[in-house]
Amino acid sequence: MISKDEVKHIAKLARLELTENEIEKMQKDLSSILDYFELLKKAPKLKIDRLPMSDKNLGLRRDEIVEQRREVVEKIVALTPDKKDDYIKVKNIL
Amino acid sequence: MELVELTIKQAHEGLALKKFSCKDLTLAYLKNIREKDGEIGAYLTVTEDLAMAKAKEVDEKIDRGEKIGLLEGIPCAIKDAILVEGEKCTSASKILENYIAPYDATVIKKLKDLGVVILGKTNTDEFTMGSSTENSAFKVTKNPHDLTRVAGGSSGGSAAAVASNMACFALGSDTGGSIRQPASLCGVVGLCPTYGAVSRYGLISHASSLDQIGPLAKTVEDAEIVFDAIRGKDLKDATSVELSSEKLQTTNYKLQTMRIGVPKEYFAKGIEPAVEKIIRNAIEKAKEAGAEIIEMSLPSSEYALACYYVIDPSEISANLARFDGIKYGLSVPAENLLDVYLKSRGKGLGAEVKRRIMIGTYCLSSGYYDAYYKKAQEVRELIREDFKKGFEKIDLLFCPVSPFPAFKIGEKADNPMAMYLADIYTIPMKLAGLPGISLPAGKIDNLPVGLQIIGNHFEENKILAIAGEMSKLLTY
Repeated sequence: MISKDEVKHIAKLARLELTENEIEKMQKDLSSILDYFELLKKAPKLKIDRLPMSDKNLGLRRDEIVEQRREVVEKIVALTPDKKDDYIKVKNIL
Repeated sequence: MELVELTIKQAHEGLALKKFSCKDLTLAYLKNIREKDGEIGAYLTVTEDLAMAKAKEVDEKIDRGEKIGLLEGIPCAIKDAILVEGEKCTSASKILENYIAPYDATVIKKLKDLGVVILGKTNTDEFTMGSSTENSAFKVTKNPHDLTRVAGGSSGGSAAAVASNMACFALGSDTGGSIRQPASLCGVVGLCPTYGAVSRYGLISHASSLDQIGPLAKTVEDAEIVFDAIRGKDLKDATSVELSSEKLQTTNYKLQTMRIGVPKEYFAKGIEPAVEKIIRNAIEKAKEAGAEIIEMSLPSSEYALACYYVIDPSEISANLARFDGIKYGLSVPAENLLDVYLKSRGKGLGAEVKRRIMIGTYCLSSGYYDAYYKKAQEVRELIREDFKKGFEKIDLLFCPVSPFPAFKIGEKADNPMAMYLADIYTIPMKLAGLPGISLPAGKIDNLPVGLQIIGNHFEENKILAIAGEMSKLLTY
């Protein structure tokens, strides 16, 4: 069983505020799900010595600048909750 | 036959021969939505203005005597996780309740270029996480065949809309079964294409190594028409690929020449006997038509669900970090930056989404990574190998989509593990990136049951050809 403190710690890492009720339910749900994951331990070891999915197209590419319509950029900026001119406002973090 | 019952080709012929106008067709669907959707709840937004404006355009084109394309003027529904420019896109989450899509998803751009009429945005589990649409922050979609039961999920709104003639076809998305399972439960055709066959640009991300957009339709032919319209390489999705013309031919495939694998793991404990009977009957029909039936084993299947529920939440925990109260969506005012994150996400995200973010964060956290995430990636490779070996000896796999037909609303809502088991037959092939279809194969009382046909990578053509032939053999 995962502890309440562990749930709180994970929630903070995940940037989620949880109520007392949510923490209790999460403790129960996470424990049963993590128990189910024990099944993975029974799976045989990979025989082939290579990274999983290495033979697949992972879609890796070089960084490149792709033009976007000005209109779309303006709409995206307009969707931010707090802004000044073309800048997105963020709380002071210092 | 009523206008809303027509298939894409039938509706197209009616429009082209001026038997009815696109306005008539669109109004017939809108009327049906007004009359029925109050109790079914398939739509989150009805885009009436957008639909009527397009219908007018199509009618003017027909009046000018110009030829129209196959999908031109055909009314459809779009899952609310796919962006349609200028319309709300919520992914059924409070955190995006007032979000207006700033651009079209690539699939939408393609469909718009072909002239489809978009009727509205359909309900889904929040951020497409679930198997019943009960995780939607706004409403539960009811099964049109029995209103006390779920429509399946996460593309439950799209499946219910097609099943109740509130759209000629719909788009959904499938991460662990979210097209095929609701298609099975609602009795429509649902195709989950190969990973990479359709661009994911403009689909709100759930798990990027698994997400795939596909059609839900009344017939196999309709599903094929829509798949052909949306597939292909897109510069905006680096994982998308172009299919060769050989891969698009469906005429070369007949049941007679097919080797059909029946994996024993898909008929193990947990499957309802009445579902098994319908699937076995479908396999028997294929055999009578000349297909070779090969009993086989995919031994790693038993680990697939556990593997998925490590990988999927891990990707979710990263993908959903973007909902931070800063860039877009709900923002709860707070004293400092950390509190903006905590409170905006705490208030804006629902129970299942939080649960998966928590599982993912746990699996990726220091000290647990090797035991969970790395191990799951290795198991994913075992599952791939299983299918790879299997497809050396067979052409297609036949198996159930879901171990049971539509379940009661509320039956599994409070038990996440019970809900996860609903996807036990749709998840394994997803981990291998394979394509699959759900085809209506029979009913238990009035509840539909789908047959799942799985093919090798980019062999949608083979799946579609055989599904088409099968649909003629199955009395549904």
